[in-house]
Amino acid sequence: MYPAGVSGRLELHIKNKSYRAATGGRLHVLGELSITLAKGEVAALVGPSGCGKTTLLRIIMGLDRDFEGVVSLPADRRLGVVFQEPRLLPWWTVEENIRLAAPQASPGAVSALFATLGLTEHRLHYPGELSLGLARRVALARAFAIEPDLLILDEPFVSLDASLAERLRAELIELVSRRPVTTLIVTHSIDEAIGLADRVFLLSSSPARIVADVPIDNPRGSRSPGEIAVMANRIRSAANSA
Amino acid sequence: MKSALHLGSLMLLLVTWIVASHALGERLLPEPKTVALALIDEARSGALTFNLSVTLMRVFASFAIAMVLGTLIGLLMGRSPIFDWLADPWLIVLLNLPALVIIVLAYIWAGLTDTAAIAAVALNKLPIAIVTIREGARALDPTLDEMATVFRMSGGSRLLYVTLPQLAPYLVATTRSGLSLVWKIVLIVEMLGRPNGVGFEIGAAFQLFDVTRILAYALAFTVVMLVIEAFLVQPLERHVSRWRLRPA
Repeated sequence: MYPAGVSGRLELHIKNKSYRAATGGRLHVLGELSITLAKGEVAALVGPSGCGKTTLLRIIMGLDRDFEGVVSLPADRRLGVVFQEPRLLPWWTVEENIRLAAPQASPGAVSALFATLGLTEHRLHYPGELSLGLARRVALARAFAIEPDLLILDEPFVSLDASLAERLRAELIELVSRRPVTTLIVTHSIDEAIGLADRVFLLSSSPARIVADVPIDNPRGSRSPGEIAVMANRIRSAANSA
Repeated sequence: MKSALHLGSLMLLLVTWIVASHALGERLLPEPKTVALALIDEARSGALTFNLSVTLMRVFASFAIAMVLGTLIGLLMGRSPIFDWLADPWLIVLLNLPALVIIVLAYIWAGLTDTAAIAAVALNKLPIAIVTIREGARALDPTLDEMATVFRMSGGSRLLYVTLPQLAPYLVATTRSGLSLVWKIVLIVEMLGRPNGVGFEIGAAFQLFDVTRILAYALAFTVVMLVIEAFLVQPLERHVSRWRLRPA
């Protein structure tokens, strides 16, 4: 069920989600779990790989409707999504890719996004001519260009080298602070989650349940590596005691 | 280098033609010069332009019908398993029906008309177009489809900007093979039941054993199709693959 929700607020109550396995029988992916995000809140979902994070995101995006539970999306349901792979249309240029996904975006807003993400000189390139880091930036620009009510990022910085991932995280923090938007980031790195989010949900292995819901108090972007390490330890111990 | 080789191989063809003509005699294989003179004669009388344009019109009409229907049905069959199972037996029957049977039946049922002629040619090309486009539709990338769903792209822009570009290589392939197939079948259709066109002229020349005129018309129409290939199909192909990385 997908009832219309309160503006900017995401509410998710899942009772059960399972797949029919190829060998017969059912594969239990998600257990009972609830997530509520206030307008403008940035949350991170952390869990071991294969725990059902991507399945959870597909349910929120409306791509998988075969589950028991309720998802209530922000009122306008404008979703900005950054998939794990960039998923750009290879036969259109960077700029055309943005225009096709966000036809109502003003040229000024698109140029500003390009400037923030360092894409200005690549706007006429085709996705095949871009490195993975640049393609990820285009996917990020596309998600922001539609001025989403809900931003969903599925492991957006995976398989980038550490310094490039760090730079992209900083750019993401800047974009979110410039135009606050309810955001859900999936990652398998606790450090990345603490660096980006106001709140970290820790998931168990499959069938996924929430084992910890940890608020992060310091403002985003001003967290030192030391603070992040302390918080990461706190979250890990919360996970172990759960 | 490439054009020099092309020119060289063309010269070789001409020389072979002249030598063969001397070996076989003017009646069985007239010289290039004789054929060229006949061609000029036909052009002066206006018959050449008339027949070429009538045939070309039939080629394009049947080609267009086959491509539009073939793309639609191919897309449907590639995307919907139920439609695929329903339509597959029909497709196999149509694929294996000899061109001659389709042509003769079309003329019997619809009369010796242009409509019957064009429909018969389109029906011959249709199943091949469907099979190719169906393969393309099966190879569509589901992850891009999901992207379009999530970003709420409209049906029209999805078809135009997400689906058709993925089908482009298949569309170019059917265009290429389709045009060459269609014009060959059009000539047979004209010979069997039309009072004009290149096929009719060649049929008439065959009755008189007029090899010169057969060659003149065959040559003229081949040139027309080469021009279409060079100025329509190849530029289209380049445009469609413009986004691919070119080897450095």
